[in-house]
Amino acid sequence: MTAVDPVRADVELVTVTIDGVSVQVPKDTLVIRAAEQIGVAIPRFCDHPLLAPAGACRQCLVDVPDAGNGRGFPKPQASCTLPVADGMVVSTQLTSEVADKAQQGVMELLLVNHPLDCPVCDKGGECPLQNQAMSNGRGESRFAAGGGVKRTFPKPINLSPQVLLDRERCIVCQRCTRFAAEIAGDPFIALVERGARQQIGIAEDAPFLSYFAGNTIQICPVGALTSESYRFRSRPFDLVSTPSVAEHDACGAAIRVDHRRGRVMRRLAGDDPAVNQEWITDKDRFAFAYATQPDRLTYPRIREDGELRPASWPEAFAVAARGLAAAIGAGGVGVLPGGRLTAEDAYAYAKLARVSLGTHDVDFRARPLSAEETGFLTSHVALRREVEYDDLATAGTVVLVGLEPEDEAGTLFLRLRDAVRHAGLRVLTVAPFLSRGSGKLDATLVRAIPGREAEALAAAELADLPAGAIVLAGERLATSPGALTAVAALVERTGARLAWVPRRAGDRGAIEAGCLPTLLPGGRPVADAGARVDVATGWGVDHLPEQPGRDADAIVAAAASGDLGALLVGGVDPLDTADPAAFLAALDAVPFLVSLELRESEVTRRADVVLPVAPVTDRAGTFVTWEGRPRPFEQVLANPASLPDLRVLAGIADELAALGHGPGLGFRTVEEVRREMTELGPWDGARPALEPVAAPAAGSDERPGVALATWRQLLDDASLQAGDEHLAATARPAVVRVSPTVLAALGEHVELTGDRGSTTLPAEAEPGLPDDVVWVPTRSSGRGVWADLASPGSRVTLKGASR
Amino acid sequence: MLPETTIAELREIASRYPEARSGLLPMLHLVQSVEGRVTPEGIEACAEVLGISAAEVSGVATFYTMYKRRPVGEHLVGVCTTTLCAVMGGDAIFERLSEHLGVGNDETTADGRVTLERIECNAACDYAPVMTVNWEFVDQQTPESAVELVDDLRAGRERHSTRGPRLGTWKETERVLAGFPDGRADEGPAAGAPSLAGLTIARERGWTAPPSPDGPAALGPSSAAGQPETALAAAEEADTARAESETLQEETDE
Amino acid sequence: MSDATPTDVGTAGPLTPVLTDTWDAERSWTLAAYERKGGYRALDVALGMAPDDVIAAVKDSGLRGRGGAGFPTGMKWSFIPQDNPKPKYLVVNADESEPGTCKDIPLMMASPHTLVEGVVIASYAIRAHRAFIYVRGEVVHVIRRVQAAVAEAYAAGHLGSDIHGSGYDLEVVVHAGAGAYICGEETALLEGLEGRRGQPRLRPPFPAVAGLYASPTVINNVESIASVPAIIGRGAAWFSSLGTEKSKGFGIFSLSGHVERPGAYEAPLGITLRELIDLAGGVRAGHGLKFWTPGGSSTPILTAEHLDVPLDFEGVGAAGSMLGTRALQVFDETVSVVRCVLRWTEFYKHESCGKCTPCREGTWWLVQILTRLDRGQGQPGDVEQLLDLCDNILGRSFCALGDGATSPITSAIRYFREEFEAGMHTASTELFPPAASTAFAPVGAGAGAGR
Repeated sequence: MTAVDPVRADVELVTVTIDGVSVQVPKDTLVIRAAEQIGVAIPRFCDHPLLAPAGACRQCLVDVPDAGNGRGFPKPQASCTLPVADGMVVSTQLTSEVADKAQQGVMELLLVNHPLDCPVCDKGGECPLQNQAMSNGRGESRFAAGGGVKRTFPKPINLSPQVLLDRERCIVCQRCTRFAAEIAGDPFIALVERGARQQIGIAEDAPFLSYFAGNTIQICPVGALTSESYRFRSRPFDLVSTPSVAEHDACGAAIRVDHRRGRVMRRLAGDDPAVNQEWITDKDRFAFAYATQPDRLTYPRIREDGELRPASWPEAFAVAARGLAAAIGAGGVGVLPGGRLTAEDAYAYAKLARVSLGTHDVDFRARPLSAEETGFLTSHVALRREVEYDDLATAGTVVLVGLEPEDEAGTLFLRLRDAVRHAGLRVLTVAPFLSRGSGKLDATLVRAIPGREAEALAAAELADLPAGAIVLAGERLATSPGALTAVAALVERTGARLAWVPRRAGDRGAIEAGCLPTLLPGGRPVADAGARVDVATGWGVDHLPEQPGRDADAIVAAAASGDLGALLVGGVDPLDTADPAAFLAALDAVPFLVSLELRESEVTRRADVVLPVAPVTDRAGTFVTWEGRPRPFEQVLANPASLPDLRVLAGIADELAALGHGPGLGFRTVEEVRREMTELGPWDGARPALEPVAAPAAGSDERPGVALATWRQLLDDASLQAGDEHLAATARPAVVRVSPTVLAALGEHVELTGDRGSTTLPAEAEPGLPDDVVWVPTRSSGRGVWADLASPGSRVTLKGASR
Repeated sequence: MLPETTIAELREIASRYPEARSGLLPMLHLVQSVEGRVTPEGIEACAEVLGISAAEVSGVATFYTMYKRRPVGEHLVGVCTTTLCAVMGGDAIFERLSEHLGVGNDETTADGRVTLERIECNAACDYAPVMTVNWEFVDQQTPESAVELVDDLRAGRERHSTRGPRLGTWKETERVLAGFPDGRADEGPAAGAPSLAGLTIARERGWTAPPSPDGPAALGPSSAAGQPETALAAAEEADTARAESETLQEETDE
Repeated sequence: MSDATPTDVGTAGPLTPVLTDTWDAERSWTLAAYERKGGYRALDVALGMAPDDVIAAVKDSGLRGRGGAGFPTGMKWSFIPQDNPKPKYLVVNADESEPGTCKDIPLMMASPHTLVEGVVIASYAIRAHRAFIYVRGEVVHVIRRVQAAVAEAYAAGHLGSDIHGSGYDLEVVVHAGAGAYICGEETALLEGLEGRRGQPRLRPPFPAVAGLYASPTVINNVESIASVPAIIGRGAAWFSSLGTEKSKGFGIFSLSGHVERPGAYEAPLGITLRELIDLAGGVRAGHGLKFWTPGGSSTPILTAEHLDVPLDFEGVGAAGSMLGTRALQVFDETVSVVRCVLRWTEFYKHESCGKCTPCREGTWWLVQILTRLDRGQGQPGDVEQLLDLCDNILGRSFCALGDGATSPITSAIRYFREEFEAGMHTASTELFPPAASTAFAPVGAGAGAGR
């Protein structure tokens, strides 16, 4: 309602006169925004274009001599709550003494109880109150001159382990509480007390644990809210700001990276109306210390006499190339780039595998997967781009399948919630129960027993979908037999638009970059001879292997059984994979292992050559969102010693070329890769059809135990969240969710036993869960579900435990 | 944890309303009737029953002055010290009681019998100076009568409200406020002498309202001349600036 | 009281007991007593009319809201959009809290059925099937009486389904508040009734369109609703024959403070304070009127020169104040106006909801200035600063509470500026020993004190 969008032709326009300037704006535009159209900035604090108007601070008072009906308002009006009317005349502080005095008066009152501790306040230098006090306030305080006594509070209190509140500075504009209630749906902060004692507060023992809490700090117009991570660390005027894109999920949120002397001090939400509006998750905001942990790799290492030792880049390239070259003739090389790559890096992996290593054994997936998923990505995801964020507001209906946006795609969650609240979006979720996140989307549950999503997708609720509907399929469907087949059938049947929503920032880009055993760059099917010729020509090689390669699971299996001569592994955490033990065994078994990593890991410890790669701050690149939208970003920190994956791979490829394996990659910089990718372009030929996979037979599961539902919580034990203990303390704790009946039977702690071990966790009742389904977070305790508890798709048994 | 019966009553309160959250104010009264104050457990229970956050309940519980965060004595003794009662003796009464009981505003005697509180105008100005005990009126007090009153309360002697029933406890009152009547509506008078002041004179002098000229005649238009024709005109005649600006805005919207 | 033919017709005098007429009856609060006086017969009349005709009758009566603002009640009802598919609600504002006001509380204590009957008629007129009576929490015995009256009315078929066989259904909930003056503001009251902090809402949307549960809602004061049975029972013309040209009918005048017989005086609008004080036996023996509030503490104070101002909306407005709730607080010459204004300001500071800056911070500041003036420690320029601050609060606040907070200050300075100036050097207690003002002061105490 508040956004001004003058290009929309169907919007009814009204004409208002502000400070003598006539301007046309859409009906219902607020005066404060109409004034912006003519370049008049009315001071304000509580007003925020993405929050419902409050009219609380009264800073934006203006005079309205004509409300559009020939009559004026007798008193100044708050321009943040007053919609324009045709013929309205508004006089702001620039042309009206009444408005100016009203604003000066409010400013003076705002400062009555404000501590004026700007010199020690984190907000000093970027503080709306400070700025507007300077521009619209009086030079001295009559209150202080008269010996006025300010209200005092004990200094900051923790609203959460991360967010602190200095109540003395707070002007109770309610931006934070409105954000929490309206945008995040987490009303765990609220106005408490009354009158001059009114303040922001939490309930006893109920901290402000929201995945989006950090946004409140950013929109606080004073220094009342600060983060443990940033407070007292630097002054705004000492910071250099560089726009970037968040690397923590497939949402592509715009961020602003503030750094000082080569060090990131904080990250803020960037303003991108088409993507993340002005919000980011706390992971996007606070999880950046991982790149500066003590175990960060800063120089190449090679294994000599069983030990890793430092090596020069040329030596490391040469050693890596020699080992890989040897492996090409001894079973070949498997390439596991991982899911955190930029599209450019992924392209380098894809090309290296083909031109230098002569294989399609390349797979970005660092998580449970399936052949069905490979087929689905090849046929239904690559080059498909039919849903964008903005479409959520016009879709009418969105079906979530195997996707928990709040945990797995936070920006998407906020956009969905926005569409639900403002555009009447109806959300259906195919899930084992209505999660807290789904609850905040007012979602309707289409119940699916884990592993039986295909069955649920045939449910009556989904028999037909209204025109414009969107189906969003999550990556976890890979391990639910027939589920992706059923998703494909659903969109075929209903005409709904489809998007696949992975968790990692690099996943979607890796598909079109060719990091799949079935796909070449540009979404070209390996199985298509024309596509192979296309790529081979572009790359200047004779031919490419005809048969599709092995997927990640098959690569791991082949390595474990000695069928592969080497593995080239990028950013893969073994604990994320479907079978962590098998993955580590493969690393142990394979004769030669090359690791490109940021920090020491289970992979680098086993590697023969360790090549450090640059974190996202140190290089340019492009993430591709779940929509398929490229999100290019530039380097934030200049760090010549820090090389992107593609440069490292180019170095290896050059050495391989010298050994007679391929022509090399032909690029060394991000710009060169981008140029080559553009030249190659997308495939415009036929897409392969999806090979259907049968769903499990209907009826009850005869296997013992209960079905295991699991997904990753937004904040968990992932390696990119290392280094910020305050952020970690805001994570949702690891609990097992069971039905109330089961909880009553088993008690407060439950021991789960699966085919990989046992785990004991505190239990919580989840009223919506069937008795024969249990939920645990995938990576929130121990080494995670796949390592400690059960294999994907298997069942677990429960018993009560004491703790 | 609150007793199960209380939880059930909380649910019952919520069910009186088309939307459950409307029950929150009476629910918090019920919490006080059981817990003697608004406890974190009570807040949690209300949040649970209503499906809202504890912070939201906390925001409500700290907004309204009748909700107490610290334990209240058996009797909550209020002395009105808003302007008129203060002038008419409320200040003197409060001072005297505070001295006599050895407690300040919003404090409780060591024996836990009496919590003393300054209260605000309680709509009984014609009975000034006014006190309340557990929100029952004790009208037209003096420092001496007030001391006698609290001494009786502390000694457990029976006292009656001047316009209400025999005085019970604060917790009992809170239960009535939660919407669970205690059967004492018929105790006490209809009105005190000040409420009847005008009526008494009218009776003495035989004054009544004029008879209806034509009985129940609301059906046809009446001779109500001079009535405003429009909302705007009505607003202009209405008293507050607020009503006026509202109506202006309303017209602008049309 | 809604009987069309009073049994004992007396003479018309300056007092016109209608609402108060039943208060001296034996167990007047009971249904039996109310019905003996003709109670619930107006309801029959109303149920025999089309709802729109009931609205028209109330419009024709000229009844203006008795909660302070004086907006025409019938017009308020007619704003309810009947084509809106949402349920309609009636909410009775029984949060009587304006300092000085004490009319709704005794009414509900003595004759709760008058209110209940009015609620049914009003709900019928606006086509509501749910009504709420929001009573401030600090008056438990009043709540008991209203609860009991509602229960009796249900049992007698005046509430519930198929009322009086008309096919009309109405549920009524008695809701206890919890201590917040601001809930007398109608949108803050709705917030309280929805289980939230009582902070006023933005308007538009107006309650008539989106009030309780975002549904069309009428919010009326107790006395307004209680006047409805008489209007329907005796006719709009009868009602509008009382009062003045634009302030029709009668109302309860709450007389308090330094008069011999403070209390409730029900009279046609337009009566003067002089007449009322005469009826009340005069100002406290041995003393003279100093200042008074016509409609509670939020209305600018007046002085002896205004004794003959007609107490109707127009008359008091012309005198520079507001009729408000007809809360006539009378203060004699023993009283320090600075002390009173400070105490009122402390009240507003305590009751400021905190939502908007001018009211929240302004009352904080005003209290500090007034405190030093009250103590005789004022500083040069304090009076000008008070006036300037009031100018920065009045009309700048979110709701009328902030405006109300400035009324006593600006009006008191207008009439008694020198008393504020004296606050630069002399404490109010020296000029006006408080003991002399008390109800229990010996006769004649304080005479000669003061200026």
